Order: sequence, then C-alpha cells, then structure tokens
Amino acid sequence: MSRKRLFQISRRDMPLVATFIVFLLLYAFGGFSYRNFMTPRVFLNLLTDNAVLGITAVGMTFVIISGGIDLSVGAVISTTAMIVAVLTKAGMNNVFVITIALLFGTTLGFLMGGMIQYFKTPPFIVTLAGMFFARGLGYVLSLGSVPITHPFYTNASSIGIRIGNGKLSMPAMALLAMILIGWFISRRTRFGRNVFAVGGNEQSAILMGLPVTQTKIAVYTFSGFCSAVAGFIYTFYTLSGYGLAAMGLEMEAIASAVIGGTLMTGGYGTILGTLLGTLIQGLIKSIIAFNGQFSVFWIKLFTGGMLLGFILLQKIFVYGTKSRRKKR
Amino acid sequence: MKGRQIPRIAWPLFALGLILLFNLMFTDSFFAITIKDGHLFGSLIDILRRSAPTLIMAVAMTYVIATGGIDISVGSVLAISGSIASLVVWGGNTQYLTSAGSQYYAPMLSIILIPLVASILLGAFNGVMVSFIGLQPFIATLILMTAGRGLAQLLTGGKVLNFRHAGFEFVGRGYLFGLPFPFLLALGVIVLGTAITRLTPMGLYIQAVGGNRSASNFSGVNTRLVLLFVYIFSGFAAGLSGLVMTSDITGADAGFMGLYMELDAILAVVIGGTPMEGGKYNVGGTVIGVLIIQTLTTTILTKGIPTEYTLLVKAIVVVVVLIIQSNKMREVMGKRQGKMMVKGGSAI
Amino acid sequence: MGGKLLEVHNVYKVFPGVTALADVDFALERGEIHGLMGENGAGKSTLIKVITGVYQKDAGTIVLDGQEIHPTSPLHAEALGISTVYQEVNLLTNLSVAENLAIGRQPTGTVGIDWKTMNRRAAGILEKFDIDIDVTELLGNYSIAIQQMVAIARALELDSKLLILDEPTSSLNADEVEKLFKQMRRLKEQGHAIIFVTHFLDQVFEITDRITVLRNGKYVGEYATPSMTKLDLVSKLMGKSLDDLKNFDSISNHVETGDDANLIDVKGMEKTNYMNPFDLKVRKGDIVGLAGLLGSGRTEITNLLFGTQKPEGGELHIKGKRVNLNSPRKAIAHHLALSPEDRKQEGIISGLSVRENIVLALQVKKGWLHNISIRKQTELAEKYIGMLSIKTSGVNQPIETLSGGNQQKVILARWLATNPELLIVDEPTRGIDVGAKMEIQRLLVELSKQGMGIVFVSSEIEEVVRCSNRVYILQNRNIVGELLGEEISEQEIMVRIAAKGDRKV
Repeated sequence: MSRKRLFQISRRDMPLVATFIVFLLLYAFGGFSYRNFMTPRVFLNLLTDNAVLGITAVGMTFVIISGGIDLSVGAVISTTAMIVAVLTKAGMNNVFVITIALLFGTTLGFLMGGMIQYFKTPPFIVTLAGMFFARGLGYVLSLGSVPITHPFYTNASSIGIRIGNGKLSMPAMALLAMILIGWFISRRTRFGRNVFAVGGNEQSAILMGLPVTQTKIAVYTFSGFCSAVAGFIYTFYTLSGYGLAAMGLEMEAIASAVIGGTLMTGGYGTILGTLLGTLIQGLIKSIIAFNGQFSVFWIKLFTGGMLLGFILLQKIFVYGTKSRRKKR
Repeated sequence: MKGRQIPRIAWPLFALGLILLFNLMFTDSFFAITIKDGHLFGSLIDILRRSAPTLIMAVAMTYVIATGGIDISVGSVLAISGSIASLVVWGGNTQYLTSAGSQYYAPMLSIILIPLVASILLGAFNGVMVSFIGLQPFIATLILMTAGRGLAQLLTGGKVLNFRHAGFEFVGRGYLFGLPFPFLLALGVIVLGTAITRLTPMGLYIQAVGGNRSASNFSGVNTRLVLLFVYIFSGFAAGLSGLVMTSDITGADAGFMGLYMELDAILAVVIGGTPMEGGKYNVGGTVIGVLIIQTLTTTILTKGIPTEYTLLVKAIVVVVVLIIQSNKMREVMGKRQGKMMVKGGSAI
Repeated sequence: MGGKLLEVHNVYKVFPGVTALADVDFALERGEIHGLMGENGAGKSTLIKVITGVYQKDAGTIVLDGQEIHPTSPLHAEALGISTVYQEVNLLTNLSVAENLAIGRQPTGTVGIDWKTMNRRAAGILEKFDIDIDVTELLGNYSIAIQQMVAIARALELDSKLLILDEPTSSLNADEVEKLFKQMRRLKEQGHAIIFVTHFLDQVFEITDRITVLRNGKYVGEYATPSMTKLDLVSKLMGKSLDDLKNFDSISNHVETGDDANLIDVKGMEKTNYMNPFDLKVRKGDIVGLAGLLGSGRTEITNLLFGTQKPEGGELHIKGKRVNLNSPRKAIAHHLALSPEDRKQEGIISGLSVRENIVLALQVKKGWLHNISIRKQTELAEKYIGMLSIKTSGVNQPIETLSGGNQQKVILARWLATNPELLIVDEPTRGIDVGAKMEIQRLLVELSKQGMGIVFVSSEIEEVVRCSNRVYILQNRNIVGELLGEEISEQEIMVRIAAKGDRKV
C-alpha cells in the first residue's frame, strides 16, 4: 500500500523470500557450473519433470494448512494411472476413463475427510488406510505393468508450446494451471481462507461460525482430486499403469510444502512457496543429473539437507515473531 | 468421564480374537504346532517370527508416540543398519559382490555392534532435533527419513548386498528354546523397554512430557533427556530390526528395505490404543496391534487368497478397528448401555 | 416489560448426578452493564452456556427482546443477536486483523475476495473504537487487550443485541482493563447491553449497574451496584455472615520466628529485558509477599529464583552458600519449590492421575535410581488428599477432571511432597472460589509456622496483606520498596505501587 511496504519485507514473508533466494542460488549454481543449464529448455523441463509432484503438492499444501496430512497421495497417483491403463486397454471411451480416474481419487479423498471429521480419527492413520486401500486396489487391478497404447496418450507428449529451445509441455501447463487454481482458492475464496482458519484454531473457527466440517472434508477431497489429476498426467510420462509407481511421493510432496514455508502445525503456508519447494527439489535432481559424478542417491541426501536448512530457518523465523509478540 | 469404561485394549484384543476365530473355523491346521528338529513349527509360530521386525520397531515407537512425538525415520534407519551390517560382513569390501554365496567370516560382534551404534547415533540425531532444537517430531524425522534412505543407498552403492554368514544368519533365522530367535529378540526389547520405564521413573516422565511438556519442565523433569531417550531407543530398535531383516534375507536392499515399515509400526501403536496426542501408552496394545496386522497377512496367505488383496483387506480392517475405537462409537455404545458417561461432579 | 432485553425465568439445567441450575432467574435491561457473579460452581458459566446455546436448558424460559428463544448452538445464539467474548480470545491469530473481522462474509468482487475493500472496512470498524492499528498485520502480533477489542468489534458487527463478556479481564493489565472499561462505557451509552462475568470484586463495583449473584446453582438475588458494599457482596457470594468474614481476616497475625539466618539471600540478580537487578531475603518462617501490578516483575522474580529463567547477573545464597540455579532440577535439589502462575500451561499435567501429578516433583528430587513404588505413591497421594482436603474420587482420577481449586491444591501437594525449605507460590488462589482461597491462605500460614520460608505472589493485595510478614513492592520490573510487620497495610501498599484507580481493593 504505502511506499514503505514496497521495500520492506514483512517478517511473515521471510520464509517465502528465503525459499526464493535459495531457488535462485541453486539455479545460478547450475548455470555457472554447467553449460546449457540456463536455457529455456532446462527450465521448462524442470516444470515438465516435476509436474506430478507439484500438482500433488498443491493439494497437500491445503491439507497441511488445515492442520492435517495426507499420506495417500502417492498411492492415488499410481492407482489413477492404473485405472487409466486398465480401462483404456479394455477399450473404454477416453472421456469415461478420465472421468472415472478423477472420480476415484476425489471420492477417496472425500471418504477419508469424512472419516477424519466424523469419527475424529487422526488424519495420519486414516490417510494411511487410504494409502493401503488405493495401493491394494492398484495391485488387484494388475500386479504387473499395464502399457497404454492409445494414441491420445502416446501423442500427448508431442503437444506443447515452443519457447526458445524448449517446450511448455502439457504436464507443465497442467502444473501451472493447478498452481494458479490453488493460489486463487487459497487467496481469493472464502473456502480458501476457511482452510487457514481451521488450521489456525479449529475451536475458534467453529465459534466464529465457519463451516469447519465442510471445509475439512473439502480439503481432503481437493487433495484427492489433485492426486488424481497428477496420476492422469503421470500416464503421459510412463504410458503405463504400475502398482508400485510413485512410491514415497507423499513425503516429497510434504517436503515441497515444508520447504515452501508451510508450517506442519497448520494455519500458515502459500501455494507459491510450494511451487518453489517443488522446483528446488527438481533443481537438485537436475544438477545431480548434469553433474554425472554424483550418484542419484545424493538427491535424497541433498533434499534431506535442504529440508533441515529450511526448517531451521523457519525455526528462527517463528522464534523471532514470538519474541516480538512478547515485547508488544 | 468417570465411570467404568471398557479398557481401550479390549477392542484390538477383540479384533485379534475375531481373526483367530475365523482361522479356527475356516483354516485347517492353523493352530497346529509341530516340533521338528527341536523347533516349533506352525502358522502361529510363523506369525511370531514374521512380526518380529515390526514388533521391535513398534514397541519403541510406542514410547515416542507417548511423548506426543512420532518417528517416521525408522524405515530408513533400518535400511542403514542393514546396509552397514552387510558391508561389515563383507569386510567393507563390495568388490567381491559378484561371488555372492561365498562365505566371509567377519567377527560376529562387529556385525552386530557397528550397525547398532550407528542406529543409536541416528536416533540421537532425531532426539537432538526434537528436544534441543525444538523441531516438530514429524519434520525432524522426515529429514532423516529422506536423507537416511539416500545414505543407505550410497553405502551399498545401490546394489543388493547378499552374503552367507552362518553366525549372523542365526539372528534372523535361528531358533532358541524351540522358538524363533527374532521373536525372542522382540521379547527382549519389550522386557528392556518395560524395565527402563518401570524400574526407573522414565515411564512416568514419558507420560508427563506427552501430557504437558512445559509443566513437566517446571516440575524439574529433564524433558530433553526423556525425549532424547525415546528417540535413541527408537533408533536402536530400528537398527536391531534391520539386523533381523538383513540376517533373515541374507542381504540388504537399501532402496526397499523397511520401506513403509514406519507406517506399519505407527499403525500398530495406534490400533493398540496409544493415542497419537501422547500422554498415555500401552505396550501390550502395541503387541496386539502388530499381531493383528501379521495374523491378517498370514491368514490371507494360508487361505490362498491372492496376495494382491492383502493391502485391501488390511485397509478395511484398519478402518473397522479405527471406527470401533473412535469416541463416536463409544458414545453410541455408551448411550445404548444407559448412563455410561457420568459427568464429573465438579459443577456443584 | 418493554424495557427488558433479556429475561431468564425458572431455568433448570440438570447433569447426571448434579443439578447445575435450579430455578434461576436473570433479567437484563437495555443499556446496562450487568455483573454476573458467583463462586466457582455457582452456575454462572452454566447459565452463560445455556443462554449461548452450548447447553440446552431442561426447563424454564429465555425471552430475548420479547420473543422466547431456544438457542441450540453458539452459532444459533449469535444469529439471534447474542455474542460472547471469552477470556481466551476465540479469534484466529494466524490471520490478519481485517480477516478476523470479515471472515465468513468477506466482500467479493469479480475475482474473488476483495482484500482492499475488506481492509478499508476493517479500519473503519476499528476507528469507531478509537483503535488505530495496521489491520493487515496478523492478529497474533497484537496484545491480548487489542485482540479482545477486535473480538468485541466483531461481535458488534454481527448486530448483536447482547454482548456477554466472560472473564475478559483475567489476562489484562491495569492499563488494558481501563481501555476495555472505556469501551464498555461507550457501548453502554450507545444503548448496548452487556453481561460482565468476573472474579474481580473491584471491577464489578467500578463498571456495573446491577449485579446478579448465583450460589450453588441457585438464584441468590439481583442488586443495584451502588446500594451494595463490598462486604455485602462477599457475604452474598459465600453465603456466610459478616462475622465469619471478620474471623477469616484475623489470620494476618503472623508470628515472627526467632531464627534470623537467611534462608535465601539474593543480591543484584538480573536478566536483560526481563528483570532489573534486585535484592531479596527470605528467612525461615517468613511469608514474603511480592506486591505489584501484573507485569511489574512478580512472576519474573519467581522464575529467576527457581531457575526456569537463567539470571545473567547477581548472586544467590541459600543458607549462606552461594549457588547457581539454572534449572528447576537444581532448584529442587536445593529444596526450593515453585507453584507457577499459569496452572493450565505450567502446572497440571493432563492425562496423568492425581497420584502421578502429586508424586512428580518428589520423584525428580529422588533421582533416576530411586523409583517411588506405586504403593508409596498412593500413600503419599492419599496423605495430601486428606491434608489439603482435595475433592477427588480417588488417587487415580485424571487431574483434568478436577475443579480449578482442587487442581491448584494438587499442584501445592506436588511441591509440599518434596518437603521444601522455600516454597514460592505464584497466584495460588487465582480463579478459584472463595472457600478454597481461604483454605490455601490458612495452609500457607500454617506451613510458615512450621518453619518453611514462603514467597507469595498475588494480584489481590488484601491476600498479600493478610498473609505476609514482609512485602516487597514492585514497579516496572524493579523492587522499589519493602514493608515489614506493622507497616503492611493495603493502603500503604497501594500508595507505594502508585496503582491506577481500577485495581483498588
């Protein structure tokens, strides 16, 4: 608003700013170390390669802001892809296939949210059961890998908008669209603000007359929907359904949100931060891939280290606001 | 909220009973135990043996959860422990990996101790993060969960390390007093945990920290030490679990060993009636929780149901147990049984 | 009937085994501030909960504005025009002030929520309350007083006819209470009606027009405030005659013990931005009162003495020996005990039984290797339950199910069990009923007669006067004076701490 505001970074934006700076540093490091790193192609590939994670992380961010957690996302991705593969193989119409695939994840999310809310069972355990259920269903559909040969999917990878030497692929577009939708919901809708309210203080939210039950169920439903979309996008890369796919992706999605400044205790977080958190993880992978010297196992070590760094930073930030609060 | 309530452990016990009853009626010789070469054999013994790694982990996890914490790094710690053990068996030299099957005689003590010490250190790392740095347990252990898996894979170079070592293989495959040795190890962890929490005030302090950490501090409880202990114990248990597993399969697959086992352990603790908010714990319930999960799996196997249904059935059983245990259900049951819930008399 | 805004007639509320409200009446005029008073368990919170729809009444009528109402939830009550602001503000500290005022009914434009309009409106609303703050800042970054003001503003924005302030002043300092009262008076002038629930006698006399008193779930009476004296009100609250009260006052005759040796002797203890350097002495058998306003350094001294805050300078001598306490553990080892101010956060450990809560500090003192057996724990707990007459169904009752006063006694028992030489009690009687207050005061005097040194902190100056044989006066994180024996009187203390008018007792 005022001029002062333009230059002064509010303390609560600090984690986001820090995330952005780290992203820039990593990107610059890649650029200085390797030729061709700072090209549109590498950057656009970054979006393409991390679309599944990023889309999932959007839903996860809402869940974490609401004070919950969703462990089922990886399994939902894999099973969505499996559903697409199996139904397509059976010769079903693409529109039906996509509808059913999206409905599966969304419905599962709805049911988990309902159970968390109605039976007051911990989200951790409920979504763990959801994970078992989704994976189990995937295995039942097929234990092995089911290839997708329909031209709709095989041709999808060629769709895209050329930018410089790169291409804004369909997954990348989907990622950007979901980020935009996520941002809009979180900032511009009452539902989005209610998610923050519920995560900040559920009791207060109830007393203030906010629709807490609906909000919490909707959050898990939305997360289920995001995972389903991610699962659908996933088929473009793998052109198959496989029950063991996307193992451990739930933890990467949580890491995206946390690196992006979302607090696990709920009530704080941004979608933009989550995008940056996703891209930082992607950059680590890209840099290690460019390097060629390090084995891929370093990715997890670096990601872990990055997590540690960001969390310690958040710790300082939270401590900072607390001490300030006391002085007022 | 006073009045006589059904103890929380009754429901998991009931669930376990139901699964066993099902087997009694529909599975032939499920309860048959035979003696071969002085060892006990049978489905029940098999359940005990197979549940050991999760049981060891889950017992320690119970204490972590009782402090209001969680340790999701145990699967990765298990992988590190197993990887180190198999490296030690190979004398730290992975060049001979191609000659898998050949014998290599590393000293038994080093195979056991080095991984355990490493696991204890990793547990201490978690403990320091939670108690001294003050990180949320989920986040603190997420770091090690992520980085630890990478570390394990780096240690083994991403290869599956197979070995033969008669002494070490006993840990995961041996029998003692006719019982599977891993199960005896699990019993040992239970006894150790119980001894520490009952013979010292640790049990009281764990509950106090879980109930109200700040008030525990004011009462002089060394809350940091208590937290440090539970995470170290959890690390130790994960390490031991890794040894059992590595020994059993005579090899370490750093990428997949113990993957998602932390979730099974946490699940067992919660099914067993220990609330995730902490402040109370029930090790007996945890044991039953683990047995429910394993009996279920074994039942599915022995019934000849395709293994792909295992997870589906597990999901359904978990949901049913959760619903039965939930307060909502207790309320409904309470209303049926008349005045089960008596409002406290403090409002006079 | 036209004048009455709210009329409650013959209301009953029965819980299994307990009749919480029996035949209770309550009437609120338009444009008045009406005090609702009663000891803990008198039924005032039950009455509030019935009016706000948290509980449903079992019999009786509630008439609001001439219409009979049946509120079924706080939300429903709010829709009917009844808003409540609690001591622990039920707003969202993680959202901005403006959002707290608008959430659920944010102005929207073509692209969703219109933040600019929302912020402008919020600033406008607060302007009416003479509050000029940055509405885009997080609510949690403001003081509790501001947060309560925002809560009141929100309540009034909802077109509430009736505002209930449930113990709003418990966590406010004198300045903030004054600010709140100013707003309350202004609202009254505008014709709003306010129900004001509080424990503080002085505040009731300052702000209310009429007072309704409940006792044991029954209606005692409704009185015009100016027609009452404080003594009248106390006797109505306690249901005891004035003679009883005078007897009660006589425990202040403290006997000086002959032992002149200092139990503890503090010289120049300090911590930057926390407490300025101070000297303090406690002898055996002393009850040393710390008198001052909230935030004057009372609680800060107790924390520095007990090692929950680490002093940065100064010396502490215990029985002549210099010691350095940097943790409660060390303090306990030196036979110190602290019953902290914040019972809920720092005192009781919910989930644990009464027995475990009592035994905790003693166990710490005994160390890791000397585990107290369950049998010994039970004996110990039973001993203190008897000694302090703690009302509990048994040693294994979870502490969170006890009433506030009994919880406080359990905390005292926890520390008495360690057999301390110096007992520090910070607000041991806050939020508990008058009867239990008396018992705790008597207990402290009794303990001091047995030779225990006691540091006594209380917001209620008459309590300090009644119990202490030495009083330190605090102001702005400094000890500014010391009163001994006969010098100690309410008047003297009031003059010394130069208190603002609202805290006169």
